Amino acid sequence: MAYSDKVIDHYSNPKNVGTLDKSKTNVGTGLVGAPECGDVMRLQIEVDEESGLISDAKFKTFGCGSAIASSSLATEWLKGKTVDQALAIDNMDIVEELALPPVKIHCSVLAEDAIKAAINDYRVKNGLPELVAEKKAH
Amino acid sequence: MELKLPIYLDNNATTPMDPRVLETMLPYFVEKFGNAASRNHSFGWVAEEAVDYSREQVAKLINADPKEIIFTSGATEADNLALKGVYEMYATKGNHIITCTTEHKAVLDTCKHIEKTGGQVTYLNVKADGLIDLNELEKAITEKTILISIMYGNNETGVIQPVQEISKIARKHGVLFFTDATQAVGKIPVDVNADGIDLMAFSAHKMYGPKGVGALYVRRKNPRVKVTSQMDGGGHERGMRSGTLNVPGIVGLGKACEICMQEMDTEAKRLSKMRDRLEVSLMEMEETYVNGSREHRLPHTANISFKYVEGEGLMMGFNKNIALSSGSACTSASLEPSYVLKALGLGDDLAHSSLRFGLGRFTTDEQIDFTIDAIKNTVNKLREMSPLWEMFKEGVDINAIEWEHH
Repeated sequence: MAYSDKVIDHYSNPKNVGTLDKSKTNVGTGLVGAPECGDVMRLQIEVDEESGLISDAKFKTFGCGSAIASSSLATEWLKGKTVDQALAIDNMDIVEELALPPVKIHCSVLAEDAIKAAINDYRVKNGLPELVAEKKAH
Repeated sequence: MELKLPIYLDNNATTPMDPRVLETMLPYFVEKFGNAASRNHSFGWVAEEAVDYSREQVAKLINADPKEIIFTSGATEADNLALKGVYEMYATKGNHIITCTTEHKAVLDTCKHIEKTGGQVTYLNVKADGLIDLNELEKAITEKTILISIMYGNNETGVIQPVQEISKIARKHGVLFFTDATQAVGKIPVDVNADGIDLMAFSAHKMYGPKGVGALYVRRKNPRVKVTSQMDGGGHERGMRSGTLNVPGIVGLGKACEICMQEMDTEAKRLSKMRDRLEVSLMEMEETYVNGSREHRLPHTANISFKYVEGEGLMMGFNKNIALSSGSACTSASLEPSYVLKALGLGDDLAHSSLRFGLGRFTTDEQIDFTIDAIKNTVNKLREMSPLWEMFKEGVDINAIEWEHH
């Protein structure tokens, strides 16, 4: 299977690999997927409390090239957005941007799940109710 | 010598054809095009002579009689002919076949088909080293058992089954023994008499011959084995496999066998040395595991798991330059990780993290050096990117986490 240039680029030069301090209240962490399924994504956001904007985003991913690219792209998109704007990121946007083939759509779904999980973690830490996201098929 | 890229290390999938084989085949396309079954003119005689010579070359490699060689389109057809052919031919004796879970799909799917038509099949589990348990094999034999089908060397792990012990058990109980030896013939000494094999499938394109041709060995003496033909027609190949013989292909298979026979000893030593060097170097990395027995193994195969990195992602790091296979789900059509590795008791996570190295006649030391570096670099890079590696390094028990399964 041939990968798109964008997937190859994110895989070769992943953006925002790393770890944020998960003990901080303004950091939300989402860990999704499972080792048995061959993909695990951890996505973290740091929210600037004054502006309400996501000031930093980091990821670490165990998975195929498309999973790595999806999470790398997600962290790029998250930076500078408000939490509400971040919630609006749809997996199909990732599919389109990276030209993922149908068998790799689950990688984008996982990235969207990771964003939502990180936001929920942030919300819960800050006394906000957890959002219940509609479940997308993997 | 300058290193030419990409490097081919997937010789268990198929081998490049040896130029000497091609050269031998060439006259049989245009100039000597006859049908080996044409009895009444020289075109037919020339073709028949070539087929007979090839049959001798093939038989010699496995210490068989030329009359015991049935040419087929490849190992898959030979597997089908052996299993279905014995099942039908010995129907009055019984309907039970014993095989194991790590067999090639050509055997497993044929067994599934036989089950649908009323046959009974026992699938033996393998031990962690990939070998079957001989006691379990013997216990599985019933009065209805007609055939034991256990492969010689495994295509994914290279694990070599105890063929001689299996055949002794088969003989003791009057059961036939069939082995799919596609990965073993031409690579290691295979002797149908010393090994007590009654039927054996193998293929040309795994031993530097052409694709589309293989053979089934069918024993003629002690005992005389018969199979019901699965392809009806002109009664070629002693009635067991009709169809005009693929003369150039058969000539190629014969030549490939001859070369393997001449070069096997030195080649097996050369390859196992290179394979071991590759393996030892890669094992210098933490959390790296060899899958299957290292002792009972084909000389050219290694199957290694790099924990906390995923196989497809790993291959993407170097697949422009190195051709390999992975046991990862993402690289298979079924999206399931390798059933062979799972049968060894590997968790899905380790099966996802595996690479299969298949060295071959044209593999060089320079290629192995390049491969070692490329894989080490990619594994290290991806581990830095892996949340599982970070957790492992922090002492988090990954199995204790409640993962969300899709």
